[in-house]
Amino acid sequence: MADIAIAPARRTAPLPGAVDRRIEKSAPLTRFVLRLPEESITAAGAALGLDFTAPINRAVTAGYRMALRLGPDEWLVLAPAADAAIPGALGAGLADRLFSLVDVSHRQTGIRLAGPHAGAMINALCPLDLGSAAFPVGMATRTIFAKADIVLWRTGIAEFHLEIWRSFAPYVVSLLHEIGREYPD
Amino acid sequence: MLVISCPYCGDRPEIEFSYGGEAHVVRAPASVTDEEWTAFLYQRSNARGSYAERWRHAHGCGRFFNARRNTVTDFFEQTYKIGEAPA
Repeated sequence: MADIAIAPARRTAPLPGAVDRRIEKSAPLTRFVLRLPEESITAAGAALGLDFTAPINRAVTAGYRMALRLGPDEWLVLAPAADAAIPGALGAGLADRLFSLVDVSHRQTGIRLAGPHAGAMINALCPLDLGSAAFPVGMATRTIFAKADIVLWRTGIAEFHLEIWRSFAPYVVSLLHEIGREYPD
Repeated sequence: MLVISCPYCGDRPEIEFSYGGEAHVVRAPASVTDEEWTAFLYQRSNARGSYAERWRHAHGCGRFFNARRNTVTDFFEQTYKIGEAPA
């Protein structure tokens, strides 16, 4: 029987010559999905030092902790991987109140996309209005990039942080590399 | 692309949403006949024109909400939160 050569999966391999400086992996993060009823919001904010009263689709930062309000009662809490104090602090601060905290650190991976064309690169496969009036710095939302569900956070005028489910990351990153070839920096 | 106004997030592209069937269908009590139960489960008004529907902002805030959409023109007349009365 003849040997059959199987081509490696094209999408997962970097494109030839496509080391794009604008796309880089974020530092390791610990991630939590936090659900809070209205009456627990203030106490949770005091426990973690974050302002959970910020409007929906906004990110707040306090020191090295970040909270992205993705829905009326849903937050994505991010912190450096070394921060192991969040569950304990929340449990102590909300002892007699309702809340739900799920560790999703290993479900997602973070990508930082920077450069003058960062918004246009995302807009190639995401129909959100990313103009600075409609999507200002500090805005964060769940949305769709091509066929992948992502969390998109504008951390600067020309800088975005993407939270991607780990198994979708090669798909999203290879698409970004491919789009990046249209926008030489 | 069609823009749908989520009552929580504002105007968003259509592909972030998923359809949830007719809105304001009241669950039948346990004591109903088989015919009435079948009607509750399967029969929808399927109106031509203004139609109350449930939608979910699946790739956004994740919330269900109600909308009134014209099934002829695909125009969204209004969207409102679950539990709120239509304007």
